[in-house]
Amino acid sequence: MLLISCPNCGSRDETEFHYGGQAHVPYPENPDELTDRQWAEFLFYRDNTKGSFAERWLHSTGCRQWFNMLRDTVTYDIQAIYPMGAPRPAPNTDQPADFGTASLAPDSTTTGTTGPSVASTDLGPAEPAATAPKGATQ
Amino acid sequence: MADKLPEHPDFLWHNPDPKPSYDAIIVGGGGHGLATAYFLAKNHGMTNIAVLEKGWLAGGNMARNTTIIRSNYLWDESAAMYEHALKLWETLPEELEYDFLFSQRGVMNLAHTLGDVRESMRRVGANQLNGVDAEWLDPKQVKELCPILNISDNIRYPVMGATYQPRAGIAKHDHVAWAFARKCDELGVDIIQNCEVTGFVKDGNRVTGVKTNRGTINTEKVGLCAAGHSSVLAEMAGFRLPIQSHPLQALVSELHEPVHPTVVMSNHVHVYVSQAHKGELVMGAGVDSYNGYGQRGSFHVIEHQMAAAVELFPIFARAHVLRTWGGVVDTTLDASPIVGTTPVENMFVNCGWGTGGFKGTPSAGYTFAHTIATGAPHELNAPFALERFETGALIDEHGAAAVAH
Ligand SMILES: Cc1cc2nc3c(=O)[nH]c(=O)nc-3n(C[C@H](O)[C@H](O)[C@H](O)COP(=O)(O)OP(=O)(O)OC[C@H]3O[C@@H](n4cnc5c(N)ncnc54)[C@H](O)[C@@H]3O)c2cc1C
Ligand SMILES: [Zn+2]
Repeated sequence: MLLISCPNCGSRDETEFHYGGQAHVPYPENPDELTDRQWAEFLFYRDNTKGSFAERWLHSTGCRQWFNMLRDTVTYDIQAIYPMGAPRPAPNTDQPADFGTASLAPDSTTTGTTGPSVASTDLGPAEPAATAPKGATQ
Repeated sequence: MADKLPEHPDFLWHNPDPKPSYDAIIVGGGGHGLATAYFLAKNHGMTNIAVLEKGWLAGGNMARNTTIIRSNYLWDESAAMYEHALKLWETLPEELEYDFLFSQRGVMNLAHTLGDVRESMRRVGANQLNGVDAEWLDPKQVKELCPILNISDNIRYPVMGATYQPRAGIAKHDHVAWAFARKCDELGVDIIQNCEVTGFVKDGNRVTGVKTNRGTINTEKVGLCAAGHSSVLAEMAGFRLPIQSHPLQALVSELHEPVHPTVVMSNHVHVYVSQAHKGELVMGAGVDSYNGYGQRGSFHVIEHQMAAAVELFPIFARAHVLRTWGGVVDTTLDASPIVGTTPVENMFVNCGWGTGGFKGTPSAGYTFAHTIATGAPHELNAPFALERFETGALIDEHGAAAVAH
């Protein structure tokens, strides 16, 4: 069982959360112009990274807010927790898993206007990940 | 002086070093890789081939599954594929000259809600039209077949009936792998363990070799049978697969007298139970919701599964869990496998069997061998092409496959 630090509620058992799959997959900007191949990519293809993976979680039985998480899919170690809309931070494996407390995250529903509250000093420079297009929220 | 130890029994296969080059290389020494190699050699005369396994033979999902074999899937494409496998299961012990204890003790899929009942009856109808033995049982008939099941209607998920496939059952998974491995070896296939594929050599878009921790090996063709690691290999080869890898767990109790005559599965409460030949109760759970390559899952998944098991089978309340373990399963969004060609020339893929590919081992091997040998799919696996995610011709087996096996 993972112990997950909800940015709003603090550390809670994994059973309070709902998994939302890969983060930073934006809805296509011009849906009517997509080819079948591009639709297939959007609907059915997700990264299946072995290692550090950016994914979405919902605190479904708590504050009911979405947030992003960087987690190692082999060790299951939680490397970062950051708001929706914020770019993917660099993984910092020195940090304990439960640093993303409520006091650090202003609003997990922000859609890109607020910077990643946990990224500044704790996580080192945020790298512009190829998988995180600007304004990606869902 | 102590008595001399008995002689070590004969090994069932050799451990050759890789040759510089092969006609085909199969990546992954689980059930599917071994079955593919066997049918390549037997049906297509391709014996200059190798199976490369990064760990030990059948150390992946093959010897971690709960061994349920059945063919009562909903759609024509799946019924054809899984029924072909079931027919092969019925003849393979003789063909491979190995009794891997295939026991056709029947499989029951419980219905707990009105929705379950309707879906199950529909599936029984579809199965019968496809020549798959399927019956609908009312709760009393369920009780007659499996007396230890609690069919009272005051439990959280009462048993409202079940589908039943009498020809379905279980087999000893590790012995199945050994049976295929021994025959492969006899036919001249090189089975190479501790050989991890780390990359591919390509000439333009054509694969010409594999890089491994034991050197580069040239090959005409590559067949991927890496189950939970399929995406990792596809990425090395330069293409994507619509697969998510999840941890899936199972467990056994200590040994008990025979109490459970059949196999009982419940999609709704995520538990499936049989009793192994030696006497352990074998139970499987659902997947962990998150992606994971860790070969272990969460305890709360097991807890949930045990709660359901004890409610359905009150006599299990005092049984003890002896061992739990996990595998990495390769799930697709339509809960159906992918068996066919890839965007890379001469590279083929068999994956996406997810939580339920043990039962499909014989037909995965049979059709994948055909695809590799001829370069085109067999009619059985043609619908299971990677392209279906683009054309939209999905084979949605969530009702029949979902968590279950
Ligand atoms: C707990 C559990 C219960 C299950 N229960 C059932 C059931 O009751 N009925 C059913 O039908 N199915 C069941 N399944 C599913 C079934 O086990 C799988 O679908 C099936 O085993 C997959 O095919 P395989 O045997 O070839 O996979 P595996 O045995 O996993 O083979 C893949 C192999 O590829 C190797 N490999 C990976 N990467 C590399 C590399 N780079 N180089 C070389 N080798 C590599 C791995 O080490 C592994 O040995 C269950 C699975 C689990 C985990
Ligand atoms: Zn919360």
